[in-house]
Amino acid sequence: MNLTWRDGGAYALLGSSGCGKSTLLNIISGLLVPSQGRVLFGETDVTGLPTLDRNIAQVFQFPVVYDTMSVRQNLAFPLKNRGLAEDVIKSRVAEVAEMIGMTDVLDRRARGLTADAKQKISLGRGMVRQDVNAILFDEPLTVIDPHMKWELRTQLKDLHRRFGHTMIYVTHDQTEALTFADQVVVMYDGRVVQAGTPQALFDAPEHTFVGYFIGSPGMNLLDARVEGATAQVAGVPIALARGYGPLSGRIRIGIRPEFMRLGTGCEGLPFMLHRIEDVGNHRIVRGHVEGAAVNVIVPEGQPIPAGADRIIPDPAFIHVYADDWRVDPAAVERAA
Amino acid sequence: MEKPLNNRAWLLVLPVLALVAFSAVLPLMTVVNYSFQDTFGGNQFFWAGLEWFDETIRSDRVRAALGRQILFSAIILAIEIPLGIFVALNMPKKGVWASFCLVLMALPLLIPWNVVGTIWQVFGRVDIGLLGYTLSKLGIDYNYVNDAFDAWITVIVMDVWHWTSLVALLCYAGLQSIPDAYYQAARIDQASRWKVFRHIELPKMRGVLLIAILLRFMDSFMIYTEPFVVTGGGPGNATTFLSIDLVKMAVGQFDLGPAAAFSLIYFLVILLISFVFYTLMTKEGETL
Repeated sequence: MNLTWRDGGAYALLGSSGCGKSTLLNIISGLLVPSQGRVLFGETDVTGLPTLDRNIAQVFQFPVVYDTMSVRQNLAFPLKNRGLAEDVIKSRVAEVAEMIGMTDVLDRRARGLTADAKQKISLGRGMVRQDVNAILFDEPLTVIDPHMKWELRTQLKDLHRRFGHTMIYVTHDQTEALTFADQVVVMYDGRVVQAGTPQALFDAPEHTFVGYFIGSPGMNLLDARVEGATAQVAGVPIALARGYGPLSGRIRIGIRPEFMRLGTGCEGLPFMLHRIEDVGNHRIVRGHVEGAAVNVIVPEGQPIPAGADRIIPDPAFIHVYADDWRVDPAAVERAA
Repeated sequence: MEKPLNNRAWLLVLPVLALVAFSAVLPLMTVVNYSFQDTFGGNQFFWAGLEWFDETIRSDRVRAALGRQILFSAIILAIEIPLGIFVALNMPKKGVWASFCLVLMALPLLIPWNVVGTIWQVFGRVDIGLLGYTLSKLGIDYNYVNDAFDAWITVIVMDVWHWTSLVALLCYAGLQSIPDAYYQAARIDQASRWKVFRHIELPKMRGVLLIAILLRFMDSFMIYTEPFVVTGGGPGNATTFLSIDLVKMAVGQFDLGPAAAFSLIYFLVILLISFVFYTLMTKEGETL
């Protein structure tokens, strides 16, 4: 992978469990040394540098607090270890305590606090240093209550706007990633499959995993044969927005549930409707096309035709994938 | 809601009660019985009241043994606890060497106590023992049979050799339970090695350390076999600790009454110290 993290950016590192997100994070912070490759901060190669010299803050999945200390001492610990002046420490701790909403418990022992509170202390310790190169968050909200999650995430976002630290936020929750980050980096099986804005990930997933992982429900994928500007799916020709040259590998078309509508008659793909889930502001229609699961989102207020047995995709939003990677029609055209 | 009450459940406790009665209560009561009476043999007993207790408390001999006992326990705790922590901190955390070290550390704990005594008794002998012979060849005047100081050193080193492993293994278990994230966070926070020990490792070891100290205190306070085999309590009374003195009194001199009173006082002292100690340690834990 070759990835540039822009200074001051808010990034999310998204992927399913075990795909290497935390490993990448630990390589950035220097807790792990990569077996190959380099890590650069600006122009400086820091691959061999210990954590100490990288000046990075990191918050872990499970709360780490120093049991023997009070909340105040916990927050002051990273600053004390760096030999900062007493009044600077004091004002920073007060500021961070305010941010995480723990001003009134500053003198409590960290030991007896709830997991929530402990994780807030961990977050606070990550944010207390002002001069850091980056703050890394490794699924920091796993142990926190849902309503508190929103609040803390908003605060992190806020903090990012105010201080402009580079933040990298690891998560397997797409909502968390999409609400927090300007740039989302999606990892799959140890590789970065796509990095881009939430919009880009939604509109043009570079990899079937991105299509499947982002969006709720994820992108529908159907085996197809693509010839020019037509895709043959289940024996039915589907018009594509642009022409494709000869493709090799397993060819599939991907289309988000948002960009299909239901119909009857002979237009579109044969669809077997299984059930309809009303999730409030829209309905998810689940069914099959030739044995492959397909979901369609029907907006509120739009009727679902009785006896719907066809789906009609919007050609503008159909992507073609060869062996899981998106075929860029522009690139194909250029090559031709 | 009313809970069903069935007093017959108490019957199920009976077997345990019977066992405990035979193994603990009856012997203890026998000792209590002896401690209040005087006997000249022939199954004749005379009421002595608190005389034996009075005598034991005033006895210079018992007081001297108690002094030696406290000194001994204090010294071995002062050595074994820090040494055990140090060893645990330096043991490999995983891999083949971790298992190897564990087995190696456990070895002294598996040796029967009188064998430990015999090993050191031979080891320290000036004529044939590896340690004693080597020391004397090096020109160091070492003889645990004649010299009280040498006898003490031998008994203490033996106990350290025998029991430091226990402290180390307990601490090792405590250390193993610390998640990696703590060490990683400490590195991010730029904590020094000492601070990692003080604020992460020591607090996490507190529980096991408490048990280690308590066990080592009680065991060392009741030590009998090893010093008995090595020095027999000598030279003179130099290494006559409480239980050696007690056995001398009860079996050697057949002073059953005073020995029984001595036993009870001994028992209460251990109980008291352990209790005070435990209360202090757990209290400190709450405010720590």
